[in-house]
Amino acid sequence: MLLQALAFYVFAAVTVASGAMVVVSRNPVYSVLFLILAFFNAAALFLLIGAEFIAMILVIVYVGAVAVLFLFVVMMLDINLVELREGFLKYLPVGAMIGVVLLAEILLGLGVLGTGSATIAALNKQGAQVLAVDNTRAIGRVLYTQYFYLFQVAGIVLLVAMIGAIVLTLRTRPGVRRQKVGDQINRTKEQAMTVVKVPTRGGV
Amino acid sequence: MSADLIQFFTTNWLGQAIVILAQCLAVTVPLLVSVAYMTYVDRKVWASIQLRRGPNVVGPFGLLQPFADGLKLVLKETIIPSSANAVLFVIAPMITFMTALVAWAVVPFDDGWVIADINVGILYLFAISSLGVYGIIIAGWASNSKYAFLGALRSAAQMVSYEVSIGFVLITVLLCVGSLNLSDVVIAQSGWFWNWLFLPLLPMFVIFFVSALAETNRTPFDLPMSEAELVAGFHTEYSAMTFGLFFLGEYANMILLSAMGAVLFLGGWMSPIPHAPFTYVPGVVWFALKIAFLLFVFSWTKGTLPRYRYDQLMRLGWKVFLPVSLGWVVLTAAVLQFGGWVPKS
Amino acid sequence: MASLDRTARAFLLTELVSGFALTLKYMFKPKVTVNYPHEKGPLGPRFRGEHALRRYPNGEERCIACKLCEAICPAQAITIEAEPRDDGSRRTTRYDIDMTKCIYCGFCQEACPVDAIVEGPNFEFSTETREELMYNKDKLLANGDRWESLIAANLHADAAYR
Repeated sequence: MLLQALAFYVFAAVTVASGAMVVVSRNPVYSVLFLILAFFNAAALFLLIGAEFIAMILVIVYVGAVAVLFLFVVMMLDINLVELREGFLKYLPVGAMIGVVLLAEILLGLGVLGTGSATIAALNKQGAQVLAVDNTRAIGRVLYTQYFYLFQVAGIVLLVAMIGAIVLTLRTRPGVRRQKVGDQINRTKEQAMTVVKVPTRGGV
Repeated sequence: MSADLIQFFTTNWLGQAIVILAQCLAVTVPLLVSVAYMTYVDRKVWASIQLRRGPNVVGPFGLLQPFADGLKLVLKETIIPSSANAVLFVIAPMITFMTALVAWAVVPFDDGWVIADINVGILYLFAISSLGVYGIIIAGWASNSKYAFLGALRSAAQMVSYEVSIGFVLITVLLCVGSLNLSDVVIAQSGWFWNWLFLPLLPMFVIFFVSALAETNRTPFDLPMSEAELVAGFHTEYSAMTFGLFFLGEYANMILLSAMGAVLFLGGWMSPIPHAPFTYVPGVVWFALKIAFLLFVFSWTKGTLPRYRYDQLMRLGWKVFLPVSLGWVVLTAAVLQFGGWVPKS
Repeated sequence: MASLDRTARAFLLTELVSGFALTLKYMFKPKVTVNYPHEKGPLGPRFRGEHALRRYPNGEERCIACKLCEAICPAQAITIEAEPRDDGSRRTTRYDIDMTKCIYCGFCQEACPVDAIVEGPNFEFSTETREELMYNKDKLLANGDRWESLIAANLHADAAYR
């Protein structure tokens, strides 16, 4: 139990510290790398409370895909650090406000401020029921029954976002010659070449 | 005395720590030796495909060649380019090497022979194999060299693309098995070899193998280090043991993906014929043989195929493998549902 | 029908399979390469390998310090210093070849009027340090002594074409 508590404090401390470094560090590439570290430690925290499915999905989706793309983009940008820092103080109040609102929402949700404790109690009751099976199965059971429509709607939202991005960036340029793999593969020897008997000194 | 010892190793935290360390060593040491010999086998296979002899001087049949190479890498000077980001430059090969090793924690070598028999073994493997890309990206960026950077960008895009199809392959497998635990996956394939999943899911097996080639940056997908254009790609600036770690990590990753293929499609430690002389052979030997076969196909591929062009690689990943694997997931689910073969959970 | 045939072939990866079968067949063919350190390929008499300074049969060194080789060397790998010897004959006091610069063009042996500097048949002279590749006169003369019989035979074989 002591070991678990120790592990929790280590992971939590690293998460918070790396979260702070994301904001503070001067180099955007370092920021992304610290973000990845934060994701990792968050996954470890999930593992500690026994939510191994969420932990793995966090690593696969955020660390394995999203952060790679972040890193990809950030590395290619030629970012002027001085210019970037000029806006820091200007945006500080807005950022701080958003942070405070988020924190308040979380606290309200958790029932720390007196409200919402009923939700937590209900969730705890549900949690006790699903503890009998492993949590991959438990998530599957509620996701595809109770929250089925919400789940589908979430999928559709993502699909719309994807199609939107494609529509916005797709441009048809005239005069572009594209490779048609099917045509190339389907070409036969007869179509592709003719055997010519060249007379001596005659040329083709 | 022995009862005391058993109690020490099962209850005392120090004893448990010793046991875990011993288990890790028991996996990593044979793994590193097989990595060393994988380089040797690779070179021998390419050589014989090209009618050459391959390494044959150091030791009998050149068997000590990998150790000579390793020693050379250890003894050489580690050069850190003056314009490189020194910290990340050194960390990158370590990340590659570490991710290749930690994934082995969940691989079942035989019935019960697994360090961590966790419930989400498949997801763990998938998660860890998706981390390998960081070593490459960080190496490419930290080198501060255009070749290394281009190699890293190619690698990032390529690995993210092919992970998608690997993900769908894993989903079909776990649809058929009904568990994310790797030992359960193997046990579900017990019996004769036609019970192994590679037969009903043959297209997925092919897609898995090709995506594994892309994940490990092997020919025909070795664009991140294509020597014809990028010198050596992301490890252009690396020398000595920093390069050595990339090399080891790459081969360990290959062995890992072969092990994944063996577990998911070739029945893991199961013998192909569940009868007398074959069942005397320990399961770990069957498992090793299956991995060895897949690794041989890796080298065979490298000896056979030319390198893809980058747009062709992306086309294959997104326009061929993604729809095919997605379609196969739906098909498998439909067949299982309407055929009444949904695994009991 | 033809399109069906093509589609089937594409999905069954027939081209890949035939390619793999070919390489598998080649794996079991006899090797064509020379088993190098144990067997070696033939070398022509004009082979340009490691340099050597030759002597006359009576032991007198051939080089007369004319510096033609130093002049013609395109890589400027040769350095010669000379002064008259006690018996009045013109000899080199220093004859260095930087083997890391040498491009093995063979101009030095072409230029030499007395066949003193030659490129012998030895090509296995790798060293573990860079310094060892800075050859001096002693090293070159020692090479000449060691390889004399082969060098003489090569020169003899090639003489008709010069």
